[in-house]
Amino acid sequence: MHKPTMGSILIGIIPFLAMCISVPLWDRIYPLVLGLPFNVFWIVLWILLTPLCMFFAYRIERKEIDATERAEKGGVQHG
Amino acid sequence: MDSSTIALSVIFVIVLISSIVGMYAGSRYKMDLEQWTVAGRGFGLVLVWLLMAGEVYTTFAFLGASGWAYSRGAPTLYIMAYLTLAYVFSFYFLPQIWEIGKKFSMQTQSDFFRQRYGSKNLAAFASLVGVVFIIPYLQLQLTGLGIIVEVSGFGGISRATAILIAFALVAAFVFVSGVRAVAWISVIKDFLMLFAAFFIGIGLPYMYFGGIGEMFTALINAKPAHLILPGSTKTMGQSWFVSTVLLTSLGFYMWPHLFSAAFTAKNNNTLRRNAVIMPLYTITMPLIFLVGFTAILVVPGLSNGDLALLTIVRQSYPAWFMGIIGAAGALTAMVPAAILILAAAALFAKNFYREMFAPNMTDEQVEKLARVMVIVITLIALYFAIYSSTTLVNLLLLGYAGVTQFLPGVLFGLYWSRVTKKGVFSGLVVGIAVVAFLVLTKQDPFIGINAGFFALCINFAVTVTVSLSTQREPNRFDEKPVVAARE
Repeated sequence: MHKPTMGSILIGIIPFLAMCISVPLWDRIYPLVLGLPFNVFWIVLWILLTPLCMFFAYRIERKEIDATERAEKGGVQHG
Repeated sequence: MDSSTIALSVIFVIVLISSIVGMYAGSRYKMDLEQWTVAGRGFGLVLVWLLMAGEVYTTFAFLGASGWAYSRGAPTLYIMAYLTLAYVFSFYFLPQIWEIGKKFSMQTQSDFFRQRYGSKNLAAFASLVGVVFIIPYLQLQLTGLGIIVEVSGFGGISRATAILIAFALVAAFVFVSGVRAVAWISVIKDFLMLFAAFFIGIGLPYMYFGGIGEMFTALINAKPAHLILPGSTKTMGQSWFVSTVLLTSLGFYMWPHLFSAAFTAKNNNTLRRNAVIMPLYTITMPLIFLVGFTAILVVPGLSNGDLALLTIVRQSYPAWFMGIIGAAGALTAMVPAAILILAAAALFAKNFYREMFAPNMTDEQVEKLARVMVIVITLIALYFAIYSSTTLVNLLLLGYAGVTQFLPGVLFGLYWSRVTKKGVFSGLVVGIAVVAFLVLTKQDPFIGINAGFFALCINFAVTVTVSLSTQREPNRFDEKPVVAARE
């Protein structure tokens, strides 16, 4: 079983910090952005940024899996 | 034709077409237990995405989210945060669950417990807990469907009749085509839901205020406190927000039906890619909230916030459009209900009945029993939905917090070799007991934090302590699978 790498886990923590733990910092109405209260804007923004974060997490994970598979097949291992 | 006939005809035609599509979806496959429960592990990225989106966006997303925006305000933001984060979290364990599931031919959540901890009592207990918490969730879908069809059909059909017809259809397509039906009906549902969300989410603020920004400005002037935590509630402050988002995002895939959806994927890479794109579907949620926020000023004073969306749509659009919204709403109840019924039936037949009473049953007999259970479980939920009592809402809150108590057993099962079955068993029992006590004695939120989250912390502590003080056990995921044993 392939365990997640530290790099991808660290990236996964970013959306948790942004949308959850940091709520005291962004739970406010002003400044309005695009006509939205700031907290609504912030959440919508992170709905869009999260897939981007996870795309990088995916890249890291994929690289690791491919490297392991190559190593198992006895091919040249990535340094 | 009057409004009622037009709207009801639209709803009926869409729902009927969907059900036929569902039945047809499975007709090309020979239905054995593996096909029926996890579609032979054959779904690619698109179908897994649709299936999972179909399961997630329930009547709660449709009525509840706009209702929360209407009656509670800012706390409703937790829904967008937790859905997005649930997918993030899934990236780190669903592919692993799939890998294990493939190796040991798992179909249900309890199969996971059975294999990892080698205890049929633990597996049977877990399946019973799963089924017990699924029933109120199912009942909620039924009740939601009744409300949607009644209101959007302009009262032309009674709530009980609507529920009966819809669930006869649900039971039929689950019985015939299993999980394949659910995925294909999700295609229609997602399309309608996206259409509806964009149309009313953007259209209504423009219709009444001339724009989304203008709507918010009017709302800020009228009720400024509504838009920041704790909104129009007394208890849903920032600590509630953090603990609730953590609990629901970490516990989300502990729902037995969402857990087993992972097994339908073709490979684990599908699940990784799915976790990357899934948050984008959450973008429909802010649109639904806009409807709830708009409704505050347009149709103020509704006693039941859940009716906000339907009420404002009904007074703003023609009857045929109401019919489309009604059909989208009906399908958002039917799709999750179908998968809930399927998961509960499989859990009961395979992990409870066979484990406890009939160890010699073949997979074929299990499948037959599971199909009969589809009908039984539908009837139980129907009974609750029609002779409904308010206490079931409490049961649902209990359910969300309750299923999350599976988390230590799942995470440690994957990543901690020292965990033992006694540890997991004790943690689960203590966690559920704490949840039940706090929720049923109305102490949720408990000292400002979500009661389920509080219970989950205790659960983790108990699981670790008991595991470390019991004898080390082998990790049964390292064993070779026994393929021929039951075939």
